[in-house]
Amino acid sequence: MDLALKPEHKAFADEVRAFARENLSPATREKTFSGKHYDKADHVVWQQALGKKGWLTYTWPKKFGGPGWDVTQRFLFENVLAEEGAPRIIPFGVKMVGPVIYTFGTDEQKERFLPGIRSSEVAWCQGYSEPGAGSDLASLRTRAVRDGDHYIVNGQKTWTSFAHWGDWIFCLVRTNPDVKPQEGISFLLIDMKTPGVTVRPIIMLDGAHHVNDVFLDNVKVPVANRIGAENEGWTCAKFLLANERLGIAEVPASKRGVRSLRELNDDPALAEKIADVDLQVQALEMSELRALSAMAMGGQPGPEVSTLKVRGSEIQQRIAELAMEAVGEYAAPYQPGMLFHDTNETPVGPDHAPPAAPRYFNMRKTSIYGGSTEVQKNIVSKAILGL
Amino acid sequence: MDLSLSDEQKQLQEGVERFVREKYTFENRKKIAASERGWLPENWAQFAELGWLAIPFSEEDGGIGFGPIGTMIVMEQFGKGLVLEPFLPTVVLGGGMIAAAGTAAQKEALLAPMIEGKKQFALAWLERQSRYNLADVSLKATKEGNGWSLSGQKGVVYNAASADDIIVLARTAGSAREEKGLTLFVVDGKAKGITRRDYPTQDAQRASEITFDKVSVGADAVLGTVDGGFPVVEDAVDRAIVALCAEATGCMDAINAATLDYIKTRKQFGVAIGKFQVLQHRMVDCFTNAQEARSMTLMASLKIEDKDAIVRHKAASGAKVQIGKSGKFCGQSAVQMHGGMGVTDELSVSHYFKRLTMIDLMFGNQQHHLTRYSNLAIAA
Ligand SMILES: Cc1cc2nc3c(=O)[nH]c(=O)nc-3n(C[C@H](O)[C@H](O)[C@H](O)COP(=O)(O)OP(=O)(O)OC[C@H]3O[C@@H](n4cnc5c(N)ncnc54)[C@H](O)[C@@H]3O)c2cc1C
Ligand SMILES: Cc1cc2nc3c(=O)[nH]c(=O)nc-3n(C[C@H](O)[C@H](O)[C@H](O)COP(=O)(O)OP(=O)(O)OC[C@H]3O[C@@H](n4cnc5c(N)ncnc54)[C@H](O)[C@@H]3O)c2cc1C
Repeated sequence: MDLALKPEHKAFADEVRAFARENLSPATREKTFSGKHYDKADHVVWQQALGKKGWLTYTWPKKFGGPGWDVTQRFLFENVLAEEGAPRIIPFGVKMVGPVIYTFGTDEQKERFLPGIRSSEVAWCQGYSEPGAGSDLASLRTRAVRDGDHYIVNGQKTWTSFAHWGDWIFCLVRTNPDVKPQEGISFLLIDMKTPGVTVRPIIMLDGAHHVNDVFLDNVKVPVANRIGAENEGWTCAKFLLANERLGIAEVPASKRGVRSLRELNDDPALAEKIADVDLQVQALEMSELRALSAMAMGGQPGPEVSTLKVRGSEIQQRIAELAMEAVGEYAAPYQPGMLFHDTNETPVGPDHAPPAAPRYFNMRKTSIYGGSTEVQKNIVSKAILGL
Repeated sequence: MDLSLSDEQKQLQEGVERFVREKYTFENRKKIAASERGWLPENWAQFAELGWLAIPFSEEDGGIGFGPIGTMIVMEQFGKGLVLEPFLPTVVLGGGMIAAAGTAAQKEALLAPMIEGKKQFALAWLERQSRYNLADVSLKATKEGNGWSLSGQKGVVYNAASADDIIVLARTAGSAREEKGLTLFVVDGKAKGITRRDYPTQDAQRASEITFDKVSVGADAVLGTVDGGFPVVEDAVDRAIVALCAEATGCMDAINAATLDYIKTRKQFGVAIGKFQVLQHRMVDCFTNAQEARSMTLMASLKIEDKDAIVRHKAASGAKVQIGKSGKFCGQSAVQMHGGMGVTDELSVSHYFKRLTMIDLMFGNQQHHLTRYSNLAIAA
């Protein structure tokens, strides 16, 4: 056991850093550090650069076009990119549907869908949640009825992140209403341009538009777009959720958050609170590395990833809270212009003031999405503690 | 000891409650927030007519003598509806300082029309570097003939755009952060040399950055004594803190009620989510937090006119610590128990959550007041 990096890993980190400095647009980088919202182009341009280099799908096995990195390389890759101010990779294609397709899809499906994910030419979104099916995902009601070579899909998805940027949506749909909920679900890939797909924005408490309702009205989807067998979509769904929870702890971004807190703060009362969250990040990072290193020995992420998700979201929330505390009264002015648009205006208050409160508000989502904290704890108490 | 409301106080409470119920539905509030001023003149006129603008002031000063308990009653109900009319800057802060330190002439010229609904105020104390420290003031007032000339900057001045007069805390002597050498001036909001940058706040209030460039005022603009403004503003801010605490208890009641209702009706896994014990206990903690908040607010309201300054300061800081803690707990819990709905703009919970968050930041957050309380407790 050893925490120190080998020389070849140091060289690798340098290579990643050089790549980021060359390919990450300064405007995008500036948004990261100033807390501005990214446009679609910020993500796409960056992800396509990574795609060209063969690094976008850095978690994929070599035979599906991944770079074949070890745990240390992945760790360095994520950390260096966060330090350089890169936007996080939007997970829906790379970390969610991609692995589902290469694990459960046919060869034809792999050939059809994986290249667009690897290059980031196709943007994906996740159609799991519905108004009546949040924590209780298996109760979903969007109905897909077989009609020859097609399914006719009717229903509503909600909270769909980036549906307004999406080319394709992967959906859980009900193909058999007469069995146990988990047994009548199928996994469908739907082209967002298909007639009958409508996207309606949901505005969040900080004024941002990231999530949407997606209405599916007699949408005709080829049977060839189903991944896995009919009524066996729940297997794909669970596989995907475990992957989702692993990536969602956002440790590298939290480390960046702690660093900028230190830079901004000159208040001794805050310094100890920052030290406290710094230590929490370290514990989380080490736990995540232990899980990853166990996985490298073979195997899928187990129920313990739920604890990482819970702590990761609490830590992100705490960092946002401290950043707001550091700003004080100047967190009060609402300055959407400074958050959502290119502008030459100077902010009201210090430079780091405009995003402080909106970010604190927005970060409350982290203990809700990807399975709420309560649901994660239910999983741990059942699956690990046997309660 | 008697902790119950008198008949008159109950009537007041019911009156404000009715106003909030009728005029401050969620949809209505959105419209008010988006209106030109961010509040409605017709509502303000109604406040004047019903005598609410006279509530904290003595009969001598033209008020109705309900004192801090009256303010508490009004602000608590306002909190339930997230009322946007500028009662705090105008009545509690502006009116409060004029009543406490104004000359007979100033009371006649400023307080009387305020009570009639014809004048509004704003308090400009904060500067970029102040960070909750009331005495950290560098805006300078220098002698100019018989009067004074004010130059410098103030920030996050609530209600500045609507205020007829802005009460400015300025340095007339001493060094930065010294309590001595501060003077309060009543400055016409439209005076030459004033420029404002107006903006809405996170919680739909209105505030401004203000630059004072050689703004001339007469000798009669001084409120209280020259160099002796600090105790006046300190007490006014303490009273405002207690009023804010009352508003926050109203917010907590409302957000708790909305959450309780939600977890009784939202179903997952075939049952109302309120059947899950982890949510039940969290809801119980929300109620306990709101109760503690109400208790500390009441205690502070009863002590805020004590003769002993230390007692007053401790009461205000103590209540503010409790409000910071309880407000955060109730706000975060409400959002969490609403799931995705909690983080949208579409339900009232997120709006209460934002207001509770901003209340913590106003006039010093939980940490600031814990330190202030601790220092006062050691000194006493
Ligand atoms: C910003 C954001 C982005 C999202 N993006 C996507 C996306 O791209 N695609 C997608 O499909 N979904 C997405 N979601 C949806 C997300 O997965 C759901 O919000 C989440 O699963 C919770 O469901 P819900 O909102 O219906 O809350 P509910 O399930 O109604 O939960 C309400 C409260 O009840 C609690 N609760 C529920 N069941 C239990 C239980 N058994 N025991 C104890 N407590 C319980 C919850 O923890 C929560 O506190 C997103 C959500 C957000 C907020
Ligand atoms: C110092 C002391 C003095 C006492 N004096 C007296 C006395 O004078 N007379 C007398 O009759 N008894 C007395 N008791 C007994 C006391 O009332 C019991 O200990 C108490 O009721 C808890 O019962 P238990 O110890 O069997 O714990 P349990 O009931 O077995 O509880 C164990 C744990 O499970 C939790 N739990 C139980 N049910 C639930 C539920 N439905 N939901 C969530 N959590 C639950 C409890 O909160 C606790 O954390 C005394 C106990 C102590 C420690």
